[in-house]
Amino acid sequence: MEFGPHLMLAILEGAVGAAVLSLTALGLSLVFGVMRVVNVAHGEFFMLGAVLAWFVATALGGHPAVGFVAALVVAPLIAGVIAAAADWLILKRVEYDPEATIVATIGILYIMQQSALMLYGPEARPVEPPFNSRIALPWVEWGENGLALFYPWGFGTTTYKLFVIVAAAALLVAFWLFLTRSRFGLIMRATQLDRETALAFGIPVERVYALVFGLGAALAAFAAVLIVPISQAHYLMGGDPLLLSFIVVIIGGLGSIRGTILAALLIGLSDGIISVFFSPTLAKILATLLVALVLVFRPQGLFGKKPA
Amino acid sequence: MSETGKIWALHLALIAALIVAGLVLPAYHQGNLARILVLATYAVGYNLLFGYTGLLSLGHAMFFGAGMYGLGLAMQHGDVSALPAFVIGLICAAVLAAVVALLALRTIGVAFMIVTLMFAQSAFLTVLYFGEWTRGDEGFVLQQATRQIAGVDLSEPTNRYYAALILFSAALLITLKLVRARFGRVLVAIRENEERTRMLGYDCFRHKFLAVVLSGTLSGAAGAAYGLLFGYVGASFTGVQYSIFPLLWVLLGGAGTVIGPFVGALFMFYLIDYASGWTSAYMLIAGAVLVALTLFAPLGLMGELRKRWLRWLP
Repeated sequence: MEFGPHLMLAILEGAVGAAVLSLTALGLSLVFGVMRVVNVAHGEFFMLGAVLAWFVATALGGHPAVGFVAALVVAPLIAGVIAAAADWLILKRVEYDPEATIVATIGILYIMQQSALMLYGPEARPVEPPFNSRIALPWVEWGENGLALFYPWGFGTTTYKLFVIVAAAALLVAFWLFLTRSRFGLIMRATQLDRETALAFGIPVERVYALVFGLGAALAAFAAVLIVPISQAHYLMGGDPLLLSFIVVIIGGLGSIRGTILAALLIGLSDGIISVFFSPTLAKILATLLVALVLVFRPQGLFGKKPA
Repeated sequence: MSETGKIWALHLALIAALIVAGLVLPAYHQGNLARILVLATYAVGYNLLFGYTGLLSLGHAMFFGAGMYGLGLAMQHGDVSALPAFVIGLICAAVLAAVVALLALRTIGVAFMIVTLMFAQSAFLTVLYFGEWTRGDEGFVLQQATRQIAGVDLSEPTNRYYAALILFSAALLITLKLVRARFGRVLVAIRENEERTRMLGYDCFRHKFLAVVLSGTLSGAAGAAYGLLFGYVGASFTGVQYSIFPLLWVLLGGAGTVIGPFVGALFMFYLIDYASGWTSAYMLIAGAVLVALTLFAPLGLMGELRKRWLRWLP
C-alpha cells in the first residue's frame, strides 16, 4: 500500500479540483472570449459565491441539504446580478478599453474583498455538506503473503466529492448545449465573432455584454458553492482560483472554450497530483513560470489557433 | 519666464519645500513623509514605464522586492555593510528587470500585464519557498547598528528623512532630465504610436528594454532604501498588493507627469492612513479610488491640471 493508492487518491482529489476549476475558468474564458476584456475581479465573484452560500445556509437552518440547494440557486444569481450591474455602471462607461477595464476590475476586486471583510468578517467558516458518507474503495495488491485485498480499511473518498465531479460535469454539458443550441448562445457567438456586424444585425451588444459578464460571475459563484463544504468560506479565498483560472485560460488559448475545459482538466489533475507528492509552493512556482513562458512563446495557447 | 525655467523652478521648489518640511513637521508626520518619499521613488520608477512608455506592468513588486532582498540578505547573511549592500540591491533589481524585459517584451497589451503578474507571483512564491533565509511572511529585522552609511545612523528619524529626500530628489531629477531628453521623447513616441516610431527608424525594442531596466532599477532602489531606512524586510512587499500600489499612485497623481507619482503617493498614503483609523478594510478606499479614477479622471490630478491650465508641465 504505497505508491498506487496514493496516486489514486491524488487523482481523485485532482478531479475534484479540476471540476471546480473548469467551471471557474469557463466563466473567465467566456468573458474574455465575448467581450475581449480581462476580469481581474473574477476570483472575488468566486469568493462571493462561497460567502453567500454560508449566509444562505445559516439563514435557512434545518437540514444542510435545504440550505445547500438554496445556495446553489441564490448565490450564482446574486453574484451574476452584481456583476452585470458592475458591467453596466463601470465597464460600459470606460468603453471596454482593455487597460482601463483591468484597472477598474482591480478596483472592483478590492471593493468586493474588503466589503466581505467588513460584512462577513476575517474568519474562515465551514458550510455543512448536504450528504457526506464515506465510500471505501477496494485496493488489491501483491504483498508478502500473495494477493492481498485492502477493504474496507484501504482508502476512500466521500459521496460529496463524487457529487461535485458529477454536478460540474453536468453543468458543463448543459452550458455547452446552451451555447450551441439556444438562441441566446447563437447571439453570444455572433457577438464574439464580430461585434460590429452583430450590432448591424440588431443585436443589443451592450445588453449581451452585461449578461455575459453576469454569466461568467455566476459560473464562478456556482463553482464556489460546490467547493465550500470541502474547503471553507474566507474573504481572501479569491486569489488562488483567479490565478489558476488565468493559467487555464492562457494554456487553453485565450477565448477558446474547448481549450479552456481541456486545460482545466490537465491543470486541475496535475495540480492535485503534484501537491500530493511535492511541495505545493514549488509546484505553484513552476506552474506560474511555465504559464508566463507559454504566453511569451506561444501566445495563442497550447490548444488555440494562430491568429490570422 | 521661459518654459525650461518654469519647469526647473517648479521641481526645485518642491524639493526646497520638502527640505523645509523636514525641519518644521512634527515627528509623526516627518516619519510618514519619509515613508512617502521612498514609496514615491518607487512610483517615479513605475511611472517611467507606465506613464512615459505606455507599458502597464502588474508585477513591479518583484523589482521592489529584488532591491529589498538584495540589500537585506546581503546584510543579514553576508555581513555586508549598508552602502555596498544597497549597490547589491540595485544590481539584483537591474538584472531581474533585464531578464524580465527580454521575455515579457515579446508580448504586447493584456498579455504583457499577465506575464508580468505571473513573473511577480513566482518571485513572491520563491521568497516564501526559501523561507529558511527569507523568513517568509514573517520577514526579518535589520539590526540598528548595521544601518549606517559613513557613520550616519539611518535609523535616526531626521537622518532617515533626509536620506529618503536625497533618494527621491535624485529619482525626480533623473526622470526630469530623461523625459526631456531625446531618449524620453522616443519613449513617449512609442507610447503614442509604436508602429510609426518604428517606421521613423527608431529601435523600439531597445528603447523599451532600457525603459524596463531603468524603471526596475529605480523601483529596486526604492525597495533597498525601504529596507535600509525602516529596518524591515518581508514577503508582503513582493506581493500583488505592492504591484498595484504604484499603479494606483501614478494613476491618481497623473501618469506621464514628473511630479504626479509624488502627489499620488502623498494623497493616497494619508487617505489610507485616515481610513485605517476607523476600519480594518482600508483597502476598500483604494478600490473605490481606482474605479472612480478610471471613470472620472483617467488623466489623474496632475494630468487634469496639465490639460486645463499648465500646458508646459513635463
